[in-house]
Amino acid sequence: MEFFTEYGAILIIIAAMAGFFMAWGVGANDVANAMGTSVGSKALTIKQAILIAMVFEFAGAYLAGGEVTSTIRKGIVDSAIFAERPNDLVFGMLSALLAAGTWLMIASFMGWPVSTTHSIVGAIVGFAAIGVSVDAVHWGKVSTIVASWVVSPVIAGTLSFALFRSVQRLILLQDDPFTKAKRYIPIYMFFVGFLIAMVTLLKGLKHVFKDNGMALTFADSALIASVVGIVVAIIGSYLLSRIKRDLSLETDNRFANVERVFAVLMIFTACAMAFAHGSNDVANAVGPLAAVVSIVSSGGDIAAKSIMPPWILLLGGGGIVVGLATYGFKVMGTIGRKITELTPSRGFAAELGAAATVVIASGTGLPISTTHTLVGAVLGVGLARGIGALNLRMVGSIFLSWLVTLPAGAGLCIIFFYIFKASFGQ
Amino acid sequence: MALSNSISNIFGVSPIKPLQNHMAAAIKCVDLLDPFLKATFEDNWDKATDVFDKISAEEQSADDLKKQFRMHMPKSLFMPVSRGDLLSIITKQDNIANLTKDICGIILGRKMAIPKKLQDDFIGFAESSAETCHKAHGAINELDELLETGFAGSEVKFVKKLIRDLAAQEQKVDKKEQKLRKKLFNIETDLSPIDVIFMYNIIDQIGGLADTAELIGNQVELLLAK
Repeated sequence: MEFFTEYGAILIIIAAMAGFFMAWGVGANDVANAMGTSVGSKALTIKQAILIAMVFEFAGAYLAGGEVTSTIRKGIVDSAIFAERPNDLVFGMLSALLAAGTWLMIASFMGWPVSTTHSIVGAIVGFAAIGVSVDAVHWGKVSTIVASWVVSPVIAGTLSFALFRSVQRLILLQDDPFTKAKRYIPIYMFFVGFLIAMVTLLKGLKHVFKDNGMALTFADSALIASVVGIVVAIIGSYLLSRIKRDLSLETDNRFANVERVFAVLMIFTACAMAFAHGSNDVANAVGPLAAVVSIVSSGGDIAAKSIMPPWILLLGGGGIVVGLATYGFKVMGTIGRKITELTPSRGFAAELGAAATVVIASGTGLPISTTHTLVGAVLGVGLARGIGALNLRMVGSIFLSWLVTLPAGAGLCIIFFYIFKASFGQ
Repeated sequence: MALSNSISNIFGVSPIKPLQNHMAAAIKCVDLLDPFLKATFEDNWDKATDVFDKISAEEQSADDLKKQFRMHMPKSLFMPVSRGDLLSIITKQDNIANLTKDICGIILGRKMAIPKKLQDDFIGFAESSAETCHKAHGAINELDELLETGFAGSEVKFVKKLIRDLAAQEQKVDKKEQKLRKKLFNIETDLSPIDVIFMYNIIDQIGGLADTAELIGNQVELLLAK
């Protein structure tokens, strides 16, 4: 199409800038929610949390972010409708990025509760349904996504509840919780390693293997993931062996030393959390970008099977890292200081439950909200009588965020959509 | 930039530590009862006034802590223990501080002289009652460990034992109270009737300290049952 040969470069540049800006926003604001629990429970310093976040957010985005990106890129809208009018899809995706970015800026400035995922999904549905045609939306897929927003916090809560109960039974209720903690915590570390390796092998490296003519069966992957899990557990055991019991800490709270052991575990679950967050939330920024790039580079042929160029995920991961470095550390400090009641034995259960849920959702290509999932996980630990006090008003604010963010993202996106159409003379 | 979507909003302030701080303040009042009584036995009313001022100050700080505690207990809080039980515990803890202040206030106001014959029993009774409050304090101090274990297992057994000890101590106080009343009854005809009425009143209130402490124990037991 002539249109794309003429304007292709500028469209990609706009999309890349908007995508990078969104990724920056995720790094600046959103990562702090994922990592704040580790900082708040004092398992990690802010510096350590930032370092872990940079490495594992990037790894998560690059290794396991493909599925969600592809959902955002082509799962929500019906490509067939756009086959005759690829320009509209490009404008729409650009508008979605700008709308979500703008809305997040406004909301953060005003202090409203919003979710990146909901903004971008709302925006894409908005331009497709209203700007183009109601049939342009894959309503089936959209309803699955919306259902996953309800289900993911529930699953995370159930997992965290079970994890905390297992910790109670194996460690906290035993006569010698310190020794028991050292004995059983490597098992949880194994799960962390296994989980990340499994998702990476099954989803992230699929294309790499295919390109090299390799194929791993599920059993092969499970075996490799187990080996990774064991290696992680061994590293963890070494770190645990360096924790010596300090009786002077126990005068005030007899579990002070047990918590020190759990703090080591929390380093590992923080990595999992960052990985999970990277795998799911980067897609919000790079999904629309990927759509624009693939349409433009194929000259307007939407149906063309194109592999997403790796630079797109790199850009998303890079944006997050820059966001963390420029602003995220401040937000993380603020959030960490506010979370003082969460001890590592609870924080790990919440993080692992949430990370597992998010990673599985990423593997299935469902864009969910990491923050909401983590809230569900924390409530799960609370239901197991593990947390001193939880403020249920947050749950209300999540519902509010749904009610407000979806129409706002959609509305803004439609405005941008018509602006684009007008300025490119369509 | 405001952060209302931050995960930190979900964490409320745990009620355990503030509850323990309040109990510590109430116990400080109780601990001053002994020096106060000893000062009155020595007929040293200046010193007694000093001690009473300290008790008043501690009672005031307990009051402030109670108010703060209540202010941080909105109904939207989700806690492992019931809000009603916690509010009821802090009211009882506060009663300990109030009772102590009332007891000393009446003695000081009336410059009440406890008869020499009763003094040993009287101080023994008061110390024993204070000990009951200390045992209640011990149970309250276990609440953070209870939270750590998620209100289960051997920690629950341990706290239940503390509460049994507390109940046993309260019975000892009851016996001492009966003995003291009997002794007072034997000599009451030699004393001014008004003084005697107030003495019975004071004995009642010191016994009330132990009763309140036991009620705190009962309430902690309720926390375990849920």
